[in-house]
Amino acid sequence: MRKYFKNIYLGFSTIWIGMMITLKHLLFYKNITIQYPEQRLQLPERERNRLYVNIDDCIGCDQCVRACPVNCIKIETIKAVPGDKVGKTGETSAGKKKALFVPKFTIDFAKCCYCELCVFPCPTVCIYMTDVFEFSEFQRNDLVYDFTDLTKEQAEEKRKKAEEWALEMQKKKEAAAKKPPEKKVPLKPETNDKNKSDESPDSKSDDKPSKDS
Amino acid sequence: MEQFLIDTFGDNILTYIIMPVPVLIFLSLFALGAVLAERKVSAYMQDRYGPNRVGKGILQTLADMIKLFQKEDITPAKADKLLYNLAPFIVFTATFMGYAVIPFCSLYIGADLNIGIFYFLAITSLSIVGILIAGWASNNKYSLFGAMRAVAQIISYEIPTALAILIVVMIAGTLSMQEIVELQGGGILNWFIFGGPGGATKYILLPFLFAAFMVLYISTLAETNRTPFDIPEAESELVAGFHTEYSGMKFAMFFFAEYGQMFAVSAIVATLFLGGWQSPFGELIPVLNTPVAQIIWFILKGCIFVFVQMWLRWTLPRLRVDQLMILCWKYLIPVSFINLFAVGLYIVL
Ligand code: SF4
Ligand code: SF4
Repeated sequence: MRKYFKNIYLGFSTIWIGMMITLKHLLFYKNITIQYPEQRLQLPERERNRLYVNIDDCIGCDQCVRACPVNCIKIETIKAVPGDKVGKTGETSAGKKKALFVPKFTIDFAKCCYCELCVFPCPTVCIYMTDVFEFSEFQRNDLVYDFTDLTKEQAEEKRKKAEEWALEMQKKKEAAAKKPPEKKVPLKPETNDKNKSDESPDSKSDDKPSKDS
Repeated sequence: MEQFLIDTFGDNILTYIIMPVPVLIFLSLFALGAVLAERKVSAYMQDRYGPNRVGKGILQTLADMIKLFQKEDITPAKADKLLYNLAPFIVFTATFMGYAVIPFCSLYIGADLNIGIFYFLAITSLSIVGILIAGWASNNKYSLFGAMRAVAQIISYEIPTALAILIVVMIAGTLSMQEIVELQGGGILNWFIFGGPGGATKYILLPFLFAAFMVLYISTLAETNRTPFDIPEAESELVAGFHTEYSGMKFAMFFFAEYGQMFAVSAIVATLFLGGWQSPFGELIPVLNTPVAQIIWFILKGCIFVFVQMWLRWTLPRLRVDQLMILCWKYLIPVSFINLFAVGLYIVL
């Protein structure tokens, strides 16, 4: 009998405690939901989101393509004809000469797993992560981003030029091959000797100061 | 109201069609408001914001309604078509018929039957028929389980409900809702929770009436299948209970019926124990006892109980089936019998 009333008492008192807790939350506590589109959290320092390729600096070296574990980067390159500038200046921002046109540089963000593996091997640091993470699309194809700065016509033109130039070079080579081979034979040991003699003092002189420092 | 309509339109069917329209309008508005309130209350209790996009959140339920209207109306292939389509209407009709005897103010009551409260008990029990039909006709295990649990629960809790109501009926000496409310006129101390009208000796009954009030509130809560008594709809076990298969407007009907029931039982508790449409100040401030003020008092009292229902829902976990039955048969029913005995003794002496 005593237990019976104790149970009733316990029932009411515990319900009361619970109700007071919820009431406190209802009336006094601050809401903690982040109102996302208007209110944003600061992204972490090394967040990995959508990639960006600064095509002005890209030398078309194919390193990022090879690093990507899901093969979502596709690059095509065309050799630049001597005298033809790649991009505006023909150089990267660090002053390196660019020898390849990049008429196609696509990254398929539907496949990309944001592993950042493509970022590290890039010799010119031109492929990197941005802080853009809201880029959903209705069509999966719209997630394929093309970063090239060449239009199709330009690319076609460059391709033709490169082909013509390649043909010219081939002709030159053939022409060179038709000439008597005697001349070439004495040249070889000469150049070899020169290289050896040049290299050995140079490398020594180079090594010494570096060791000292 | 009824007399007024009979005078204007004559004693024909038009009168009886117009009569329940205000209640229907009120019920629709109440459901819209209550769904929003429930979501807001639950959100703030969990330190969230709740809906705050569609018209700052106020139009959210309206938007949901429009969405529900547009939804495809699916009937499962193996379901019993006729019964399946009938069930939501039975449930809603039963709930709505209960409103016939709820007195909104001294001038408006759907039908002031002389067996009012008894009619209410009987007609709202009809909704379990609808629930059982819904569960059976869906041809779904979850639905059937939910329906069986609902029926077991509602029938068990009908007993303490009836016993608690009987106490008020014994003191009031009438079953008519309007008369019960009129008896409680003249200030807060004449409400039945304080013993109703009578001399100083009525205060002996205070603990028993308070207990009866608690029993009635708990058992009506169980009859509306709301948490902590929501085992018929237990989301985590039964998907959605008896309305698992329902979609679109038929689902909305069940939802509407649930909120209708919430207010109906709150209104009954308010009517029986807290003076219905009576102002707590009695005749002291006559302005607060005009019919318009009476409606406001009544809805206010009802809404307070609805709020407590929501409050409980977001506080307590769900009871197990055995706990549910223990609560009903071992606690509520014996307590009600003791109450009944004590009040009976008082009346006889
Ligand atoms: S982040 Fe990873 S998956 Fe995405 S492009 Fe770079 S290497 Fe490929
Ligand atoms: S690794 Fe860098 S420079 Fe090389 S192709 Fe990729 S983006 Fe261009």
